[in-house]
Amino acid sequence: MRSSFLGIFLALALFCCGTSFAQSAPSPSTADQIARLQAQVAQAQSSADNGWMLVSAALVLMMTGPGLALFYGGLVRRKNVLSVMMQSFAMMAIITIMWAIVNYSLAFDAGTTFIGGLHHLFLKGVGLNPDPDYAATLPLQTFMVYQLMFAIITPALITGAFAERMKFSGMAAFLILWSIVVYSPMAHMVWGKGGLLNASLGGRFPCLDFAGGTVVHVTSGVSALVTAIYLGKRIGYPKEAMMPHSVVLSFIGACLLWVGWFGFNAGSALAAGTLATSAFVNTHFAAAAAALSWAAAEWIRNGKPSALGAISGSVAGLVAITPAAGFVSPMSAIIIGLIAGIFCYFMVIKVKSWFGYDDSLDAFGVHGAGGTLGAILTGVFATSAINPIFGKTASGAPIPTGGADGNWHQVLNQFIGVAIAWAISIVGTLILLKLVDLTIGLRVTPEQEIEGLDLTQHGEEGYDHAS
Amino acid sequence: MHKIEAVIQPSKLDAVKDALLEVGIEGMTILEARGHGRQKGHTEFYRGREYTVDLLPKIKLEMVVTDELVEKAIQAILSSARTGKIGDGKIFVSKIDEAIRIRNDERGSTAL
Repeated sequence: MRSSFLGIFLALALFCCGTSFAQSAPSPSTADQIARLQAQVAQAQSSADNGWMLVSAALVLMMTGPGLALFYGGLVRRKNVLSVMMQSFAMMAIITIMWAIVNYSLAFDAGTTFIGGLHHLFLKGVGLNPDPDYAATLPLQTFMVYQLMFAIITPALITGAFAERMKFSGMAAFLILWSIVVYSPMAHMVWGKGGLLNASLGGRFPCLDFAGGTVVHVTSGVSALVTAIYLGKRIGYPKEAMMPHSVVLSFIGACLLWVGWFGFNAGSALAAGTLATSAFVNTHFAAAAAALSWAAAEWIRNGKPSALGAISGSVAGLVAITPAAGFVSPMSAIIIGLIAGIFCYFMVIKVKSWFGYDDSLDAFGVHGAGGTLGAILTGVFATSAINPIFGKTASGAPIPTGGADGNWHQVLNQFIGVAIAWAISIVGTLILLKLVDLTIGLRVTPEQEIEGLDLTQHGEEGYDHAS
Repeated sequence: MHKIEAVIQPSKLDAVKDALLEVGIEGMTILEARGHGRQKGHTEFYRGREYTVDLLPKIKLEMVVTDELVEKAIQAILSSARTGKIGDGKIFVSKIDEAIRIRNDERGSTAL
């Protein structure tokens, strides 16, 4: 009796199960499952890339905001600390709006070989779908906002050359025009579709510039030199002591720059892949090597390794590794860093006094000189073992990338890239300076300069002496 | 009554204060000061440029003491502030005509 009940119960249970199975969807084919898995993997990759790039964009903005502002802010006299910080901050606001209106289009729309077109004015067509030419796994807006952060810091770097003597209004006008006339064309030539120097999108002279050696550092550094010479020296320079008012601020700023630079260089892989790792490692190694070589040079010369020397060296190393970050091995990065530390030290200590220009905070000595050096060394040390950017031969062997692979012709391409960057920076900057000088005016009056730019340009003081 | 002014190294302040208390000096005024003597400061390097910093941080102590305590105070400062290196500072002594306690009009050495 009991066994017959059990039998009926089991039969009912089986029936119910059978019914429920019959109601579910038919089991998917293997091909469908694979397709679905592939889509999930692609989505996961895309999300990882997007996440990394948004963080990188924020890191690059941090380089300008606290990083450069503090670094430069500490190097000036206390009466000008706010004016210098405000110049960096103003770039964050002004260039952002300019980028949305016109500069992004001029840099990244497919136009001529020298400058982009106008199809993306007011960010038209810049949505959340990827542009496979730039980054297949990123929303185009991520790419756009990441590139914006580069466009912000580049003119901000120039402010170091004319610190303590330029009118705020003249500075703003000059740098707005500069971002249109110098930065956008250079970014287009190196990174834009069809750009003259673009190594991955069919440029006439493939110039390797991973994260902006020529686009960011050569243009800003050379324009800085031109501006410093055009404006003339600060009153009292070089006889009067113009000591940094707080090396502590500069120290914090330089450390923020070092951290932010991971977004700058490793982010330039435009994906969270192995190339980002390579650029990350190289960035760190070069900065460390250059900090050591600058400090060592100072130790030998002055008997003491200064904190300002060490942090200046690290920035020089970061600058020099920028174009090479995604093309070289870690040992090459250390060599590039060691050379950059010594070279930039020499440019700042010796060359500046030989020629007598007043590059207040050494924007040229570090960025112009370090960027030029790094761009050339990129051609020397780049290897297809790290980044086979030029593809593979018919037999499947990677095409040599730089001198390290035996392709010494790349060094010539790098020279061409650097020469164009120098030329456009010198000519563009001179024309714009003249234009702004004749209209708005560039330099503050001698009285304002002596009183300090914080009070005369902004009506406030960085430090309250009374309380 | 005499006023003793002593310019000393900032690092020696605690030792000098203790030494003065030990010889019975109770009131003193301490000022943070900047200055230099014959050594004319020191040099600093910023990015290869040499700067002469001629105003160094110092501490200035001021105290007014009775005549019998003057020499004791001087000896206390000398023994506690001396490092033997350049920049140890100086002591100046001058006569004081009158001292008045604001709280209760006391005058002379009783006001100290």
